[in-house]
Amino acid sequence: MDLPAELEQLRVEIMGYAQGYNLDFYDTIFELVEYDQLNEIASYGGFPTRYPHWRFGMEYQELAKGYEYGLQKIYELVINNDPCVAYLMKSNKLVDQKLVMAHVYAHCDFFKNNLWFSQTNRKMMDQMANHATHVRRYVEQFGPEVVEDFIETCLSLENLIDPHQPFIKRESEAVQNNGSGGPSPLKLQSKPYMDSFINPPEVLEEQARINEEKYRKEQERFPRFEERDVLRFLINHAPLEKWQAEILSIIRDEAYYFAPQGQTKIMNEGWATFWHSRIMTEKCLTDGEVIDYADHHSGTVATSPGRLNPYKVGVELFRDIEDRWNKGKFGKEYDECDDWETKQRWNKNLGLGREKIFEVRKLYNDLMFIDAFLTPEFCREHKLFVYAYNDRSEMYEISDREFKQVKEKLLSNLTNFGQPFIFVENANYLNRGELYLLHKHEGIELQTDEAQDTLSQLFKIWKRPVHIETVADAEQVLLSFNGEEHSHKELN
Amino acid sequence: MKRIDQDVSRFRDIIRGRVKKDLKKYITRGEMLGKKGKDFVSIPIDQINIPHFRLSSRKMGGVGQGEGDVGQPVGSGDDAGVGPAGDAPGRHILEVDISLDELAEMLGNELELPNIEPKGKKNITAHKDKYTGVSDAGPESLRHFKRTYKRALRRQIASQAYNPDNPIIIPIREDKRYRTWKVTSEPESNAVIIYMMDVSGSMGDEQKEIVRTESFWIDTWLNYQYENIETRYLIHDALAREVDKETFYHTRESGGTIISSAYKLAASMIKQEYATSEWNIYLFHFSDGDNWGEIDTDECILLLKDELLPSANLFCYGQVESPYGSGQFIKDLEDYLPEEEALILSEIPDKEGIYDSIKEFLGKGK
Repeated sequence: MDLPAELEQLRVEIMGYAQGYNLDFYDTIFELVEYDQLNEIASYGGFPTRYPHWRFGMEYQELAKGYEYGLQKIYELVINNDPCVAYLMKSNKLVDQKLVMAHVYAHCDFFKNNLWFSQTNRKMMDQMANHATHVRRYVEQFGPEVVEDFIETCLSLENLIDPHQPFIKRESEAVQNNGSGGPSPLKLQSKPYMDSFINPPEVLEEQARINEEKYRKEQERFPRFEERDVLRFLINHAPLEKWQAEILSIIRDEAYYFAPQGQTKIMNEGWATFWHSRIMTEKCLTDGEVIDYADHHSGTVATSPGRLNPYKVGVELFRDIEDRWNKGKFGKEYDECDDWETKQRWNKNLGLGREKIFEVRKLYNDLMFIDAFLTPEFCREHKLFVYAYNDRSEMYEISDREFKQVKEKLLSNLTNFGQPFIFVENANYLNRGELYLLHKHEGIELQTDEAQDTLSQLFKIWKRPVHIETVADAEQVLLSFNGEEHSHKELN
Repeated sequence: MKRIDQDVSRFRDIIRGRVKKDLKKYITRGEMLGKKGKDFVSIPIDQINIPHFRLSSRKMGGVGQGEGDVGQPVGSGDDAGVGPAGDAPGRHILEVDISLDELAEMLGNELELPNIEPKGKKNITAHKDKYTGVSDAGPESLRHFKRTYKRALRRQIASQAYNPDNPIIIPIREDKRYRTWKVTSEPESNAVIIYMMDVSGSMGDEQKEIVRTESFWIDTWLNYQYENIETRYLIHDALAREVDKETFYHTRESGGTIISSAYKLAASMIKQEYATSEWNIYLFHFSDGDNWGEIDTDECILLLKDELLPSANLFCYGQVESPYGSGQFIKDLEDYLPEEEALILSEIPDKEGIYDSIKEFLGKGK
């Protein structure tokens, strides 16, 4: 539906401001929708068409209830696509629509320019619709329960991807075969008459034997190298029917599409908030709208003790970066200055702030962003703290306010966007075709009960016993499911 | 029809399946009673979670923002915002609305309850008027305005008396049309439930909770089976009186127990208000089985035999175990009225017993 004249005029105006600030975006289409349509689209993750599944229904009911009870309201929804598509809710005030448009243009700029989005499918809207068509065809063929169940199984594994995979260009595996197996033993250079002394035949033989042994072991191991893209491994090697493999590919595709959004949540929202506030306050706010704008904006960046608001942290960090680079508060000289007073007044009038934030939005993701730009001053000013679960009081409690701890915790939570590192270690475990996954433990254990449920789902795909090596209660353990019962074995 | 509707209805199906599967658990728990609306109940169920390999949020902790000293709580174990960037939602409890009819159906399936067949003579026929057509005669008050003017217009055009520039239409007698109705008769059966409860000192809160839960399910089932249901509540200690529902569940007296007082009151109520030819009568009596003296028990048995049992579809006596009651009454009833078809006795030792007790009460299909 085309925007009404009044909104269209505003859109053109705001687009002009955004371009004036050098924001660079794909064409952006705004659609005006009713609240229930917006809830529907939001349940589908922003897309008008998705494959049928009850979890979208669950999502929808939650949103609908939240809206009807006045607890929550979705303001903006924008999808990474070329052209970008964004939605405006019909019942919103004009000032809200302006804010949302400004916010959306900044998101679109981020989608287009941030490196981590560079490999995403920009025709995802069509792709999702295609996915939906395929799934619907299978639903007609096999019935809704069967397909829905299988989708659920796939969704259970959707986080087992390698977010860096899209950037890796693999050469086709060089096959190295010299007839006997392993590589020939290395010979030291020597004059021919010295050869039997420098490279004694018996040593060479011994070396050849070792190499072959190693090679044989490597050959026995499958996959040859641990595989982080578990979904791809399953698609290629699990005993799936064609339609099942296709559905699993669909889920994997979508997981890769959404992954950068998980990797850049703080930056993306921070960037959009930064620019809506610039555009609104410097350009297009009328006197009568100031209060409503302030109300809405402060709602967006409000903080509550238990959680970190990505809008707030993001926007403040971008502002901090702009300020620091404008004043030259960076580099060896500044870092090594230990006089607080001098640091406070530090100003070299470099004016590099704008340039710097555009560079940051191009190259960084959340993990790098926090790592590079979270400063002790920022941490103190914004009252960041670490909280931890206290077993005795059964509450989450503030455990530390030290910069080092805050930063470490934040980085650890952002690593692999809060997901565990899981690899396919061995797909022929015990030489019985059993699947052995390895959770690389980095200090935080898995939720054990859920891990067991997930193993049950994995079994449905692999159809042979499945295992995951992890740590539970500080012990290295192997959780297994053989199709009938779960078991739990301590390793070592 | 929105696209999402299909997903929503699939989701509701799944939830219904859940409730059905766990119905036994819900039957013995009272928590849904407080959530009862007119036609539906809200049942709390855990959000359906698609499991993942994920890091334990308790072990993970996180970073927050705001005031507070070290050691200050920021959220309870269940609802703190955890996960990356702290914006992952906590676990929700979903509330599902399920209509009472649907719930009754589930109950019926779960407990394998037979449908009740109301006694033949008690079926009275209700007459209902329904507008079904149009005719050319009738009272002016039922004149069908639009049809009448259409007829008039048609006639005037046919006789070339209609001038579009001056569109005056005057119906005459032949043009007039009237609504007609038909009388349909539908069999209708009425039922009354009379709950009686001992509120003497020996019935504690726990016992009353059991009664309350059990009567919720009985109500649900009988409401599903009958179109018109009246419910009356009598409480008694040494004296009986009629009360409203609220009082019924919350009164506690300290007096002794004379059960016959309640039976007398019920008998007179039936005699005056519920002719046995028109009403299906259900009597439920809950007590801890302590009666004051054998003489009164004898009187109860007489009342049951001569008045209550002959007029009622069912007389259900539920004996709730209490630390104070002797539990003698049910034994007496068993001994003196061994062959009464309409009498059902059930002992309810604790909350878990509700399930079997409902089955005993309603399992006969009367």
